[in-house]
Amino acid sequence: MLIKSSRDGFIHPASSEITPPALYRDRRAILKLMASGVAGPVLASWASREAFAQQAQRPGKGAALAGAKSNVPGAMTMEKVTEYKDATTYNNFYEFGTDKADPAKNAHTLKATPWAVEVDGLVKKPARFALEDLLKLSAQEERIYRLRCVEGWSMVIPWVGYSMSKLIEKVEPLGSARFVEFITQADPKTMPFVGSRVLDWPYVEGLRMDEAMHPLTLLSFGMYGEVLPNQNGAPVRLVVPWKYGFKSGKSLVRIRFTDAEPKTAWNKAAANEYGFYSNVNPNVDHPRWSQATERRIGEDGLFAKKRKTLVFNGYEPQVGQLYAGMDLKKNF
Amino acid sequence: MLPARATQRAAAASLFLHPAAKPILFALALVPFAWLVYGAATDNLGANPAEYLSRATGDWTLRFLCLTLAVTPMRVVTVTPALARFRRMLGLFVYFYVLLHLLSYSWFDMGFDPGEIARDIAKRPFILVGFTAFLLLTPLAATSFNRAVKALGARRWQMLHKLVYVIAGLGILHFFWMRAGKRNFAEVAVYASILAVLLGWRVAQALVKRRAARSASDPRRSPVHG
Repeated sequence: MLIKSSRDGFIHPASSEITPPALYRDRRAILKLMASGVAGPVLASWASREAFAQQAQRPGKGAALAGAKSNVPGAMTMEKVTEYKDATTYNNFYEFGTDKADPAKNAHTLKATPWAVEVDGLVKKPARFALEDLLKLSAQEERIYRLRCVEGWSMVIPWVGYSMSKLIEKVEPLGSARFVEFITQADPKTMPFVGSRVLDWPYVEGLRMDEAMHPLTLLSFGMYGEVLPNQNGAPVRLVVPWKYGFKSGKSLVRIRFTDAEPKTAWNKAAANEYGFYSNVNPNVDHPRWSQATERRIGEDGLFAKKRKTLVFNGYEPQVGQLYAGMDLKKNF
Repeated sequence: MLPARATQRAAAASLFLHPAAKPILFALALVPFAWLVYGAATDNLGANPAEYLSRATGDWTLRFLCLTLAVTPMRVVTVTPALARFRRMLGLFVYFYVLLHLLSYSWFDMGFDPGEIARDIAKRPFILVGFTAFLLLTPLAATSFNRAVKALGARRWQMLHKLVYVIAGLGILHFFWMRAGKRNFAEVAVYASILAVLLGWRVAQALVKRRAARSASDPRRSPVHG
């Protein structure tokens, strides 16, 4: 489609975010070169530079994990990607401590290989997938998603993975399967804060079947063109971009199909504060703070006003119909 | 026995009474502030500098509050009267850091929007508690200079400044409530126990004094059994 709409995830509050001024100026230079007739050789180098910029950058130390640009509507936001350093040093991963600087310090003990994910429950073909097989189950895609934390900050992350639906289709859920439960690693030997009284372990999350089947729901193995760093949920995690970040379980070990709504970790800890749905919604406040605005990490300066939070984190055109007729204030 | 202890005390006293002692303490108390300004200017405060500044200034407020409240017990227990010289300055630094704390909250978090701040105070009781503590601390800072003590009279001044115990309680409650979301109370417990010891010492002192006064006014009761 030539004309981008919000259906394609084309959301950019400021026009300055579309094309960096430097690139824009380059275009003018190219026009000049064309006029002067030396465009041929110079354009070749410009094109190669452009191609390099298009490649997934490798800012960290992890093994490369490339993904082709995703065609899923809404999967490629044009917003500025958060710096790798911020995305890997500011994390909520309570198994490694409750301070957001803790996971980067402590998660080196996590053993991401060998790894396997058990997929069972109400399915025709339950299976235990070794990580290697899971990686090859479907083509890896790059998807640039907004990530909105329930605490009121946000990032833009280039994930690598494929739609959860690909895995779900493989195991053939029974008609009675209405929910999917995501159970994450809870190993006190490698995760120093498993056993702390903050939450019940293991950390469990859940989605309704249609949410799990939505093409935007991502089974992710990497970010920034590399395998996931430990603190970001290595080796495999869930990413649900229209829900608060805590819904996206890290370091998954088991995916279970059920007929009853899963008992999720934060809901068990504080049911009045964290609902099962936990869709990003500026109109439904957390009981203890407003959800109307957010701070974009690394981008909104110290003195900038916080930006407005979008309904379903800006993914309303893609996922709004999942909740048609539902009272979102009640089903928060 | 006498010489070693006494010379030690004399040495400490001359150190604390040195003309440079106060300027040095003043400079030291500004180090955290300078560190934060430097960190902010060089973008060295992590992924969320606004949050870092709010938290760090809150931490330093609590630390200076503990230091201020430690002066009198230290002075009495170690018999070092010279320590009293530093109490006012430390107390004013509590106010300095709480002002920075309030400033970073209302500026970085709330964009100086009074409506937003009012809504936030209504939404978050821990903000209200913190704000109350700040309001209560204001008259204490405002009456810290000598003329104010004279104008109020020592007795009334002291009564007013006993508010610091209420402020300390509110400060801890504010911190506890803020950490309640993550049920991470380890640091809260550290500050709470330090303040509990410092306040407990005062209660014990008051009880001892009251007992001594009672037995002095009642000749039938000897101090030993009293």
